[in-house]
Amino acid sequence: MAGGIKKFVVGSFDDEAVLFPAVKNVRKAGYKIHDVYTPFPVHGLDHAMGIRETSLHTAGFIYAITGTTTALTFISWVFTKDWPLNIGGKPHFALPAWIPITFELTVLFSAVGMVLTFCYLCNLAPFVKKHHFHPRATDDLFVMAIECSDKTDDNEVQNFLQNAGAKEINVQVAETGWWIGRYDKEQKLYRDEPGY
Amino acid sequence: MNNHQFVLPGSYKKWTLILLIVGLLTIVYGFFAFDATAHGGHGQNVAATRFWAVLLQNSVYWLLLVNASMFFICVTTMAMGGWQVALRRVPEAISSVVPILGLITFIILLCIVLGHRTDIYHWLDAEAVAHDKILKAKSAFLSPGFYITWSAISIVLWSLLGRKMRKLSLDTDKNGTMDYETGKAWIWKNTVWASLYTVFFGLTVASTIPWIWLMSIDPHWYSTMYSWYVFASTFVASMSLIAIYIIYLRSKGQLEYVTDEHLHDIGKFMFAFSVFWTYLWFSQYMLIWYSNQPEETRYFVDRIGTAEKSGPFHGIFFLNLALNFLGPLLILMKKATKKSWTVVTLTAVMIIFGHWIDVFQMVMPGTLHEHAELGFFEFGSAAFFIGVIMWGVGRYITKNSLVPKNHPFMKESMIHHT
Repeated sequence: MAGGIKKFVVGSFDDEAVLFPAVKNVRKAGYKIHDVYTPFPVHGLDHAMGIRETSLHTAGFIYAITGTTTALTFISWVFTKDWPLNIGGKPHFALPAWIPITFELTVLFSAVGMVLTFCYLCNLAPFVKKHHFHPRATDDLFVMAIECSDKTDDNEVQNFLQNAGAKEINVQVAETGWWIGRYDKEQKLYRDEPGY
Repeated sequence: MNNHQFVLPGSYKKWTLILLIVGLLTIVYGFFAFDATAHGGHGQNVAATRFWAVLLQNSVYWLLLVNASMFFICVTTMAMGGWQVALRRVPEAISSVVPILGLITFIILLCIVLGHRTDIYHWLDAEAVAHDKILKAKSAFLSPGFYITWSAISIVLWSLLGRKMRKLSLDTDKNGTMDYETGKAWIWKNTVWASLYTVFFGLTVASTIPWIWLMSIDPHWYSTMYSWYVFASTFVASMSLIAIYIIYLRSKGQLEYVTDEHLHDIGKFMFAFSVFWTYLWFSQYMLIWYSNQPEETRYFVDRIGTAEKSGPFHGIFFLNLALNFLGPLLILMKKATKKSWTVVTLTAVMIIFGHWIDVFQMVMPGTLHEHAELGFFEFGSAAFFIGVIMWGVGRYITKNSLVPKNHPFMKESMIHHT
């Protein structure tokens, strides 16, 4: 939940080709981009925004070797210490027979772990809500939110975005963190918005 | 002449020549020193067996390796892939070696079969087959007639279909920019020929050819995984050779549209097919280990040995797994390593060597048993085949433009980004 209320200048673009130079210029001018919301993954945008590489795959690797270790230690403990069985005259420590299960647990741990980590990093969970800067960010607009500090002159930022080619510009005061809520109770449908 | 024309540097020519001469001298020396014409049944004249077994291993491995690069072109063409177009001339150049290596391989196979070398193929021994229920049942398939005919058809069709694919690609250089309709017709024609090649590839490399060329060394034994396993082996080695040539040409300032993004994708192929190879290798091993049938386990007893006594190929067997699974898995896992020229080059060399070792341990245990060696003759013969590949690739990349600039998907390839 912790995030606090902040002021944002929000500019919406309808063209990728305008968005990229705008992101570059906004960063060069020293404004802080909170985030850019796009309807689909835009190649190279993360790079243009200067976001560091995700460590999700490192986490995935760690989950995977945890899975490998879990499988191998558990099966070997069961079949050599806890309940040794004679299966087709094979040695109790029958490594080849365990490889499929080891592989499955490796994949399972890394897949489930990475999904959960991804959800955690993106604040995605049932009933977890975040402020939406523009409803059309999921449809056809690229929405750039610039975070304002006490010293930022928001008129200046709005003019800057105007020159950078934004189609719609407004100022929003919004919660930056997440909160628990229900969409059916709180959501105002887009068709009920004044501009529809 | 155009500005994409590549002139071979002197060092490339020098090394090609050195490898060819060293290889040729080794083979000629081996022919006389090992008394290659001597009869080799039942463990006599081990040296002669070594001569033919090494030539069989090298010719089959390097031929299937260069042939797999045409398979890469055909499957990416059929999948309507655009990313590989900028680097397409590299696998084309590698596949242009198929006719010459095919001829060399065919001559070696003919010498083995017509020379009645029962030390290589036990099923050539007509008397033994007559008293052997299993071999008798397979004799329609494992016979000189079928062997020679099918080998000839395979090599000729790989060469012809591959040549057609290369010709379609080279024609675009002469014919100028294509409009929408011509481009569409050209892509369709390309797809049809690519699918013909792929179907024939499935009938040969992915099934019959590894059976008759390699698996029939142990004629009583069979594995349904075998051909896939050989295919995976040679395909991943082929991707590695493509990576090496891309990096080499990039370092010489060629292939200006091939970026690290393309190299990243080739690296993914090397990584993925190393894992695929391991999957097949392990599936073959585990089923035989589990069911524990004497006629099936024989193959692995000849290699790793038994719990009491380790076999002569114990070390090679596990080296194979380290070079072709653990190495690529751990090295190529990260994105940064797949984009690094140094790391990809070293890993590619390791993979090509690793799969050479893989084919070594397919051929040697059934022919030379405990007499197999890994000495000057093995490496010298490999040098000859590498020399032939370098010569053929060098010829293709100097004769033709390295950029298929009129290919309809060229722009898609240039802006490729992952």
